[in-house]
Amino acid sequence: MSWRDVKPIDCDIHVVVPHTGVLLPYLDDYWRDYVTVRGVRNLDMTSYPPTAPLTSRPDWRPATGHAGTDLALLRRHVFDELGAQIAICNVVWGAQALHHHHLAAALCRAVNAWVAAEWLDREPRLRASIVVPWQNAAHAVEEIERCAPDRRFVQVLLLAMADQPLGREHYWPIYEAAARHGLPIAIHAGSAYRHATTSLGWPSTLLEDYVAQASGFQNQLMSLICEGALSKFPDLKVVLVESGVTWLPAFMWRANKIWRAMRMETPWVDRPPAAIVRDQVRLTLQPFDAPPDAAVVERVIEQIDSDRTILFATDYPHWQFDEDEVIPAGLSADLARRVLVDNALATYPRLESLS
Amino acid sequence: MNETLVRTAGATPVKDGVVDCDIHPLPARPDDVLAYMPERWQEHHRVYGSHFRAPFRESSPWPRAAPAISRRDAWPPNGNMPGSDLPFMREQHLDLHNIEFGILQVLGFATGSQRNLDYSAAIASALNQWQLDYWCNPEPRLKGSIVIPTEDPEAAVAEIERWAGHPAFAQIFMTPRLTEPMGRRRYWPIYEAASRHNLPIGIHGGGHGAHATTGGGWPSYYIEEHPTAGQSAQALITSLIVEGVLERWTNLRFVVVEAGFAWVPALGWRLDKHWRRLRSEVPHIERLPSEQMHQHFWFTTQPVDEPERPDDMRRTFDWIGWDRILYASDYPHWDFDDPRYAFPFRLSPEERAMLFRDNAVSLFGLA
Repeated sequence: MSWRDVKPIDCDIHVVVPHTGVLLPYLDDYWRDYVTVRGVRNLDMTSYPPTAPLTSRPDWRPATGHAGTDLALLRRHVFDELGAQIAICNVVWGAQALHHHHLAAALCRAVNAWVAAEWLDREPRLRASIVVPWQNAAHAVEEIERCAPDRRFVQVLLLAMADQPLGREHYWPIYEAAARHGLPIAIHAGSAYRHATTSLGWPSTLLEDYVAQASGFQNQLMSLICEGALSKFPDLKVVLVESGVTWLPAFMWRANKIWRAMRMETPWVDRPPAAIVRDQVRLTLQPFDAPPDAAVVERVIEQIDSDRTILFATDYPHWQFDEDEVIPAGLSADLARRVLVDNALATYPRLESLS
Repeated sequence: MNETLVRTAGATPVKDGVVDCDIHPLPARPDDVLAYMPERWQEHHRVYGSHFRAPFRESSPWPRAAPAISRRDAWPPNGNMPGSDLPFMREQHLDLHNIEFGILQVLGFATGSQRNLDYSAAIASALNQWQLDYWCNPEPRLKGSIVIPTEDPEAAVAEIERWAGHPAFAQIFMTPRLTEPMGRRRYWPIYEAASRHNLPIGIHGGGHGAHATTGGGWPSYYIEEHPTAGQSAQALITSLIVEGVLERWTNLRFVVVEAGFAWVPALGWRLDKHWRRLRSEVPHIERLPSEQMHQHFWFTTQPVDEPERPDDMRRTFDWIGWDRILYASDYPHWDFDDPRYAFPFRLSPEERAMLFRDNAVSLFGLA
């Protein structure tokens, strides 16, 4: 089967805030003054330098400006060429990395309003993640409540590295609100740079930083399990976005083993971690860290041992694959069908109601 | 939690004996080690004590699984610390498990974690002389690891020069969580000396470094912190490759100790994929990262990763390369791997020999 026979649901594309100026119409007077007078020109993130090869595939780069800022190009690439029927856009932007949590709340609110007006209203095949000021859980819940009635917002967006591990109770009001509204929690690669991106300290290259994101996901998943967040909210789905995927089997083996040995420490974790992962955790497809060897891919897929876990995603406009080689060789036709459409529908209740 | 098993001698995994690449010795009394230090530093130790980059002087920030992180049956009859009594270690481990050679990994004293660099150099020297006098000379099956004051590379090189070529020492000892990532130039004099003397470098997981245990902050529980040795190992391999250390000193051999191994293939795949994408940032890296990994890194098995399907452990070894896997027990610690039971699938005689003995004999030049 070619994946071209099915119109997929793309669970990770990127829309980019070109500069803070585009958000001014969505800020109240106080915050508009604040960002203008104080010169907050842009908060694009260190994790994704806009000109780095990772951040934009060469043939998806516009003639001027940054990739992910032009709706006409996005339509052509994502819907016409890659064939998506629906695409979920994630705005990875620095409002979520600010120390000033009130400013963060104002800017997240503006980003979500901007996405709704400038992207969702203009392209009915787009969906979006709610960007939340997770620095302050009460602000984040308020933003979820504000956006949730708009069912084109299908999940809540967090980053893979910030102040404290994501299982901590600081974040539980966010998870409670998300679960109540049928919104999965998406954790996207990226760091708010509160801590060195590796436990060994600050690396010297973007390459090391990006490779370290996979470890960041491993740590966050362990935190969500061990703190009991996933057990507390059994209906909550967590989507790991741009995580690399193939580290998952080794993670589950290690998590099961240490849980068997040390479960007295966290008695609220009442099932093997791998069972929790298979029930509640989903991973987007790209990047898929594997050699171009179908046998290896098949084996890793067997080890993941769940046909519900992987969600189709191109990570547009990030450069993770060439041409249309988005599905790794080694996925069976049956699994590919689930990955392309079914798993997203099962993960995002809000897609089903609109499809 | 861990019940003492009734142990039966005799069933040994390899006829010719086993090489255990991770045994933790402790002094019966701290003075056994301190006595090797100049009076100035003994006085410093008495007054100011050792320093950990952690909130507690004597306890881990995360209470461990058991007292002294040890098997409950590993306390010697004399009541001293586990791993501090050679006759008991012989009886309980070396003889029982047919250990032909054991590589000592000296934790505690935390040379890389000290405020005072001269003090850390004095501790490192003392620990090396102590290993020789208390362990390697009385028990030639045990091989030492050269402890170095990692954050003072000049003094570290002097310590390496002092012991290199001594038949009792098998490798240089480092821990991964330092002031900077391991591949940074600050540490290059250590690698230059290791390369010159063709000494393997054992990197033992864990420890308290200068940075949060994860890129997303500090974990709450030991159950979370214990597996972070695996993420630290991923970071150290990435750093050594990307900084170009392995292309500069092509004979370097690193042993990643007590960090697991199941994550190794996925790290190689990830490094290769994103190195291809970001090559313009690292033009000095000419060789495929996964090839560098395979050439320069060995992995000890403990704590043995336990796939849900036992055959996946075999497949993982296939992917890593059987010539890079080294058995380790972690004696006397609580998560000890018994060589008779740690591997839940049938090993061929050749695989068995490589994993339990031959790879280590050839890596460390044991005889």
